[in-house]
Amino acid sequence: MSGVIRLEYRSVTMRFGQSPGAALTAVQDVSLALSNGEVVSLIGPSGCGKSTLLNIGSGLYAPSEGDAFVDGERVEGPNAHVAFMLQKDLLLPWRTIAENVAFGVEIQGVAAAERKRRAQALLESFKLAEFSGHYPHQLSGGMRQRIALARTLAIDPTVLLLDEPFSAVDAQTRMVLQRELAQTLKRAGKTALLITHDLLEAVTLSDRVLVMSRRPGRIIDEIAIDIPGRDDPLARRNHPRVNDIINRLMDRLDIGTPGEATGVTA
Amino acid sequence: MSEANSSQVWKGSAASLVLLVVFLAAWQWGPGLLGIPSYIIPPLSMVAEEAVKMWHVSGLAFHTGITALEVLAGFIIGSLMGAVIGYLLGMSPTAEFALSPYILALQIAPKVAFAPLFILWMGFTVYPKILVAILIVFFPVMVNVLTAVRTVDPDLVNLARAFKASRAQIFWKVEFPSSLPPLFAGLRIGSTLAVVGVVVGELVGGNAGLGYLLSFGEGQANTAMVFVSIVMLTLVGGIAYLLVILIEQRVLHYLPQRMHPGF
Repeated sequence: MSGVIRLEYRSVTMRFGQSPGAALTAVQDVSLALSNGEVVSLIGPSGCGKSTLLNIGSGLYAPSEGDAFVDGERVEGPNAHVAFMLQKDLLLPWRTIAENVAFGVEIQGVAAAERKRRAQALLESFKLAEFSGHYPHQLSGGMRQRIALARTLAIDPTVLLLDEPFSAVDAQTRMVLQRELAQTLKRAGKTALLITHDLLEAVTLSDRVLVMSRRPGRIIDEIAIDIPGRDDPLARRNHPRVNDIINRLMDRLDIGTPGEATGVTA
Repeated sequence: MSEANSSQVWKGSAASLVLLVVFLAAWQWGPGLLGIPSYIIPPLSMVAEEAVKMWHVSGLAFHTGITALEVLAGFIIGSLMGAVIGYLLGMSPTAEFALSPYILALQIAPKVAFAPLFILWMGFTVYPKILVAILIVFFPVMVNVLTAVRTVDPDLVNLARAFKASRAQIFWKVEFPSSLPPLFAGLRIGSTLAVVGVVVGELVGGNAGLGYLLSFGEGQANTAMVFVSIVMLTLVGGIAYLLVILIEQRVLHYLPQRMHPGF
């Protein structure tokens, strides 16, 4: 792993609302850096500002304080170095699969022939080439999510921002998709920030896991996952250390402590 | 189409056909059996005879053509205006906020009540009829487009924005195509309403069109003529509706079949 920093947040604070008194602080003084090819997971309770961080990274929101950097450049707005993928596949129903994959490059003005070539190559690498002329409604949820990943990769970003990409698919499909994502990230050498609620997913897919606190979200723990085989999450989940790490994460998230996570006083 | 589906279609079509035959038979022999005089409900054969007579003597084809052209003109202009204004208001919340009370007032006002006014303005020409049709078609189309633009998934827009899409690209690649299914729902409603607008215009004044034949027949106490006019009007409306459906199925071909409405 080379030392080049691909994605960085420097003291990022995000407040919503106009008046200072009524403002809601979503994210408080978050600093983190992802070096080239690193996959980092961000976990934390609902509403702790994880998605806000992702929107700042993709340039859709400007932070109230602090800065985000991608490839050393300050993020001033949407840029071609970053691409995001959400829980919803966001495929356009009126476009064929190939046209959906090419959506990003089409907006960027890439010529039609090159768009087609790129979409076809990606679909082949995902073994979905036979569906290139289909429409999204003809495909299963898992396939649609893979198309969404292909669309994300089509613009050849250096950084991928993934917001619970597999939380809407069934458990078995999820495992298949996780492995495919892990292999793709490894092969393409992409840097990725993954938001998830699934602790096992966070541990098996990442080089590092960052834990965020409840709102206002701050980073309260960082765990390096020193388990080999980041490109094979299915094998990695059997590693004896996985359980220890998950226990530590549960502890940090107050899961299982009566009254804490649920807010019920015992 | 699956086995179950096609058998369903068969059964449905057969039942429809049986219903049609029953209806026509009831029309033909029902009045006689119930002792209803033919100036109240003329039997089917009498209406058919009247239609042939009207075709040769009263210029049924001409009047139908006039009405059809008015419907077509009113529908096309009204839906174009409705769509354009719908998109403009959809993209400008300020404009919508400013105009919404007036739009609401116009929407509540019965559009057909404007017919006498338009005839005062434009005389016994085709224009007031077209104008009533425009007015009546405008609203369902505009409201549907406006709602559609408002309810485009913001995540889809953000996806396009994250790819650095321009405002125009967001409109043409995301918002406009997303709004097409509701637009066509509005057009379907508009196509039938256009006929209503035109007929009311023709009833109020003028000497051409099926609405004119309708009131002429009434004046002559010629019930069969009234029936013929009603049938022809239904036919004009039905064809307009069918055309919209055909275009819709071509444009929205990517939707799953079950999402298309029946006829």
